[in-house]
Amino acid sequence: MTTSLHHGAHQQGWIQKYVFSVDHKVIGLQYMITSMVFLLCGFAMVMLMRWQLAFPGQPIPLIGRFFADSMAPGGVMLPEFYNQLGAMHGTIMIFLGIVPLGVGAFGNYVLPLQIGAPDMAFPRMNMLSYWVYLPGGILMLLSFIMPGGAAQSGWTSYPPLSIINPGQTVWLIAMIFLITSSLLGSINFLVTVLNMRAPGMTLWRMPIFVWAQTVSAVLLLLAFPPLEAASILQLMDRVAGTSFYLPAGLIISGEALNVSGGGQPLLWQHLFWFLAHPEVYVLILPAIGIVAEIIANGTRKPLYGYKEIVGSMLFLGVMSFIVWAHHMFLSGMSPKLSNFFVVTTMIISIPSVAILTCLIWSLKGGSITFSVPMLFALAFLPMFAIGGLTGLPLGLPATDIYLHDTYYVIGHFHYVVVTGSVIALFGGVYYWFPKFFGRRMNDFWGKVHFWGTLACMNGIFFPMLIQGMAGVLRRGYDPTLQTTNLSTQHWHVFSSYSAWVLFLFQIPFIVNFFYSMFKGKLSEENPWKATTLEWACPSPPPHGNFDKPPKVYRGPYEYSPPGGKRDYLPQHIEKEELA
Amino acid sequence: MTSSFNWGLPEAASTFAPEIDFGIKLLHWAMLIIFVLWGIFFTYLLIRYRKRPGVSVEAAEGGVWKSLLPDGFILVFELALIFFYAIPVWARIKTILPKSEESNVVAVIAEQFVWNIQYPGPDKKFGRKDLKFIDSGNVLGLDPEDPDGKDDITTLNELHVPLARPTLMHLTSKDVIHSFFVPAFRVKTDIMPGLKIPLWFEPTHVGKYEITCSQLCGIGHSGMRGDVIVHTPEDFKSWLAAQAAEKKANQ
Repeated sequence: MTTSLHHGAHQQGWIQKYVFSVDHKVIGLQYMITSMVFLLCGFAMVMLMRWQLAFPGQPIPLIGRFFADSMAPGGVMLPEFYNQLGAMHGTIMIFLGIVPLGVGAFGNYVLPLQIGAPDMAFPRMNMLSYWVYLPGGILMLLSFIMPGGAAQSGWTSYPPLSIINPGQTVWLIAMIFLITSSLLGSINFLVTVLNMRAPGMTLWRMPIFVWAQTVSAVLLLLAFPPLEAASILQLMDRVAGTSFYLPAGLIISGEALNVSGGGQPLLWQHLFWFLAHPEVYVLILPAIGIVAEIIANGTRKPLYGYKEIVGSMLFLGVMSFIVWAHHMFLSGMSPKLSNFFVVTTMIISIPSVAILTCLIWSLKGGSITFSVPMLFALAFLPMFAIGGLTGLPLGLPATDIYLHDTYYVIGHFHYVVVTGSVIALFGGVYYWFPKFFGRRMNDFWGKVHFWGTLACMNGIFFPMLIQGMAGVLRRGYDPTLQTTNLSTQHWHVFSSYSAWVLFLFQIPFIVNFFYSMFKGKLSEENPWKATTLEWACPSPPPHGNFDKPPKVYRGPYEYSPPGGKRDYLPQHIEKEELA
Repeated sequence: MTSSFNWGLPEAASTFAPEIDFGIKLLHWAMLIIFVLWGIFFTYLLIRYRKRPGVSVEAAEGGVWKSLLPDGFILVFELALIFFYAIPVWARIKTILPKSEESNVVAVIAEQFVWNIQYPGPDKKFGRKDLKFIDSGNVLGLDPEDPDGKDDITTLNELHVPLARPTLMHLTSKDVIHSFFVPAFRVKTDIMPGLKIPLWFEPTHVGKYEITCSQLCGIGHSGMRGDVIVHTPEDFKSWLAAQAAEKKANQ
């Protein structure tokens, strides 16, 4: 099968080449464009929410009049619309934005190249994975215009609220699409890594990025099926009258809910977080992989502690399955259970510290170039550190009593996922852009994008930590209704302005991306003088990637070898050829 | 920490609030110190090892022990936190409950989007509740035939408690998950429908403190609030007596 797919010299039609393509690179770019569009959608939603948070009850300026009366009559946002935007912001950013960008886009495009493979192991399944993801995403977005609107019970969808609220059925069906897509992708990644490596590419010669994708794929493969099952059970509760998550005797606005009962809302939380905690590592591991690639390249020095980083990632992967209930210290589960989960939670912080330490130690003795990808990779380090450190008071049940469900939590995970993952993913776009299109992105506008983005992101999320300390709760439609919130309301205004300015700083990126795709400066074959295999083929690589299968002679980061004439030894070149 | 800087935390008004604040402040001092030291090292590396003409890359270092040092330090710090702070404090607040006889016992029944509070009254016994009695005049579904329920006092969004005595609450929800949070008391728990969740606190100041719902419970979530009113023991007694008399007069 693979032979006919990769070495067929037949002419392909436009549709076959760019739409229903089985080429991992085209699928990777499809994922990239789609997920960036979804990131923009999720961002647009939160920009609307931030208006309501900063100026509750005032009509949204300029665009307010375009909303339906069921959303924002007279431009004033309704609470149900706020809750829909909130639930969809979380869902879209995580399941349709960051994971597809980190795994679907970069994983698909870069991973086969870095291991020297002609394509993914199952090209058609790869295509199917994208074509299951896209309808799932469109369905999710369309739910806004359905009667009752989109899901409005938070991205966590806790029953019983999610079962009695409108919109949830479409959310569940769309999630089943997304989970299926993810499962198809993760199986494909694992088989590709295990079976398709070029000769000489031993496991210990794989770049960190490949390791990161491999661990992510294992997490997706093992953690998503419980959520798929859980989602189907919740769907049954909504449409088939079952009560997996509904206890007997619920009274909704004075009326007894007509269900048999006997279910348990806590069951959903356990199943949900059993996925959603490993999911956090799926959000961050590809980002760490990208940062490691860029740092090794930008310091012209081998990574410090390659094996330690890989070992830490494997350990993170295993541990991430036994920490889930730290999201549930106050859920009403037995308080004694918390003692187990606090210990595992503290243990899992150690490999993250180890990875961060190795990455920063890699800078020592290097020759650091401040290119645009390198700026993003370097910014990742302190930002991810803030994200990790603010996890400490949340991970200890005693301090979590106060901070749980406050803006402190929101600040914490946005530091991890936005100033962490998203910053790294931006770095990845600038780093591999010459590979994708054979052209460079503009440096000046890249730096404008970087500094503006970094400043604005901190302007959004740092105030959240301050508000959380003051006891401001998350998911509040109108913060001024509670006296606790009043003393820090001005920080809501500050956050909101930062969010809107952050949008302005994305415009140079979007223009730069599309302009450079067609008109950017032509790039050399290996513009970063990098060692890994993705630079051993033309840019962009043709169908089938390599002219002849590459042979691998060394590890991934042999920069500045002692006594060498050039400051890097590509993995695929034998020493004699270099001399 | 002894510092007067309290990291933006609101007034602390319960017996265990200082213990929680101690942890929060300790952690934030530690985080600040770690981040600043780390940041200095990071900045130093960026300046010292920036690319300069004629300066070549230093030979790679072997061994990983140097990088394991911070890991070990953090691990010891965290284990100490767990066993000397987190688990003992958690146990004192969440797993060890005050005795009912020595406490002001109340039932909190949450629903979209109000807090119903029920006191057992002079007989110290809660009346029986059943779904079938629920209507607009009897939101809790109190059994009108049950003598224990005759003297029960109910309030809406107002929780009256005495100073210097623990208040032990049994929280239930009629519909969805709510979460009972009094920022000044540093006390919070989700209320899971179908379960009865115990929670206690002992106020240290007379005054009025806000109760908020901290779990998304529907469109009225952000407006779901109430007040805890802390009385001196004498005032609390007279408040209870007044409520009981009023209840009797209405029957």
